[in-house]
Amino acid sequence: MRGARTLGWTALGATIAASLIYAATQTLDPYTLSIIGFMGINVMLAVSLNITNGFIVLFSLGHPAFMTLGGYLTAILVMEPERKAVMLRSLPEFLASTQLPFLPALLTGGLFAALAAVIVGFPVLRLRGHYLAVATLGFIFIVQSFAVNLSGFTRGALGLSGLPALTNLWWVYTFVALTLYVCWQIKHSSIGRAMLAIRENELAAACLGIRVARTRVLAFALGAFFAGIGGGLWVHLVTLISPHSFTFLMAFQLVVMVVLGGTGSITGTALVAIVLTISTELLRPLEETAGLFGASQIIVAVIVLLVLIFRPTGLFGTAEPDFLSWLSRFRGGRSQRPNTNQQR
Amino acid sequence: MISTYVLSQIANGFILGSMYALIAIGFSMIYGIVRLINFAHGDIFTIGAFTTLVSVAIAHLPFPVVLIVVIAVGAFVGILIERIAFRPMRGAPQVTGFIASLAVAIILENLAVMTISAQPRTFLVPAYFNTQIAFGDLSLRVIDLVIVTLAIVLAAALVLFVRFTKVGVAMRATAENYDVARLMGININRMIMLAFAIGSGLAAVSGMMWGSKYGQIAPFMGLLPGLKAFVAAVIGGVGSIPGAVLGGYLLGLSEVLFVGLLPPEYSGFRNAFVFGALILVLLIMPNGILGRSTETRA
Repeated sequence: MRGARTLGWTALGATIAASLIYAATQTLDPYTLSIIGFMGINVMLAVSLNITNGFIVLFSLGHPAFMTLGGYLTAILVMEPERKAVMLRSLPEFLASTQLPFLPALLTGGLFAALAAVIVGFPVLRLRGHYLAVATLGFIFIVQSFAVNLSGFTRGALGLSGLPALTNLWWVYTFVALTLYVCWQIKHSSIGRAMLAIRENELAAACLGIRVARTRVLAFALGAFFAGIGGGLWVHLVTLISPHSFTFLMAFQLVVMVVLGGTGSITGTALVAIVLTISTELLRPLEETAGLFGASQIIVAVIVLLVLIFRPTGLFGTAEPDFLSWLSRFRGGRSQRPNTNQQR
Repeated sequence: MISTYVLSQIANGFILGSMYALIAIGFSMIYGIVRLINFAHGDIFTIGAFTTLVSVAIAHLPFPVVLIVVIAVGAFVGILIERIAFRPMRGAPQVTGFIASLAVAIILENLAVMTISAQPRTFLVPAYFNTQIAFGDLSLRVIDLVIVTLAIVLAAALVLFVRFTKVGVAMRATAENYDVARLMGININRMIMLAFAIGSGLAAVSGMMWGSKYGQIAPFMGLLPGLKAFVAAVIGGVGSIPGAVLGGYLLGLSEVLFVGLLPPEYSGFRNAFVFGALILVLLIMPNGILGRSTETRA
């Protein structure tokens, strides 16, 4: 009974979302559409960053590194072999001859990023606090210097330009939905509780039989998976990837979304990601006419400082806003969701 | 017999190391006293470079005056940042301070872009700085000697100050334990301010050196040297001033030798090398060479 009802609601939501996307693609101009696309990708990235930075509070800045990894691999896999023969002459045979459709390429990019996260994660995730932050930041620079120097794979600092514009709203919002669904399920499952337990008290969590190291790496790899896909979507929206596409600045913007939205709150993070993307876009013409480049960055940074001083847990804390719990109660059941509000 | 090439690479390593050391001291001092990794530290380095440019090219000040001006401006900005951004969130979790310092860094960088544009500028130094001096086969510029001497003198003065003066003892007490230090009548806020002032002043001097050595400055120049100096501070042991100096020289030397002695196709990986070293050090010796184990880092 409940299953059928949930299915009904999901189908209804999907239909509404699909018709909205259809309406948007029919009526809006390409510029607005691309902004809506970036909005979705940002939601995806910020929410997935929240798995590490919010659920376990492993403060990672590594997302841009994983986006670079995923972005490059997706771009190489999607490219026609004839073009690869011209642009990337020294690719290994299996990469040079294969061409995948967009979806498998994206997923491969995501898996590649996740694999990198597992390899990097086992040693690095032993670090805490800002040591971890700086190590992951260092990882951005490491990936960047590989992207610049392994020119056989990446064309070096030139980057790969003229990529096909494969990313459209359908792809973006399908993955947004997937990201939100997965994160929501994780947060309200035993894995998510294990993560919250580690966040609150690692020793106690370990005593309860939670495998701390494994859970950490799992969270890191999951975040990296979505970051890799996000990178793939991003580069096929701007049709370009270079070693400097995703930098430290991107890490800061994503962290801002997580911090402002509330570390651990999926809805909060998603909302802030939407608001920030739109407002940066709105401020851009203002910056250009006034000649004040960077003004929007400053405004955002000042807001971050104010939030940290006056509301250090972010707008929503770790909780999801009330209307959602109301919704799930309305949906029949699940009202006994544990109150994650009470921490601190 | 070491070749002239290797010798000059070692000299370059010492010069780079001197600059890293001066920035790393600030990281270490500030971390030691407020447990905060100040991301905006690299931007104070940038401010130091631009202050030098203004006071040399526009105000035509003589070098010793420029040095004092640069230290003063750096110290002032450091105090300002501490007062506005970090003091209100003292006692918050570590990561909060870290994000705040990221925000401050973004603000400073964009202010720099807005006021002086993102274009790199040529740095003007007095002509005598570029005079070559020969030591046997090795030839150095005057500025190279100035950098190394100045760095060593400043670092030594700071170590002596912290070890032997009353204020230095008070600073160490504050780093050890706020509450007990307060009971001893030490003004905690003043000590924290002093740590920011000294650390930032030294970072500004380092920016001045960087500009004089490499001849070009830009608003984002501070990011990478700042991060690498943090690596240096970690290698030496965060919280220890002699450790920061040691770490700075070790990192400067090994970075230059990595680029200079390995085949050229590896030189593009210098950043990867530095941050790889960071991760390695954090895993093998999380307390660094001269640091003390006080908390869990790994």
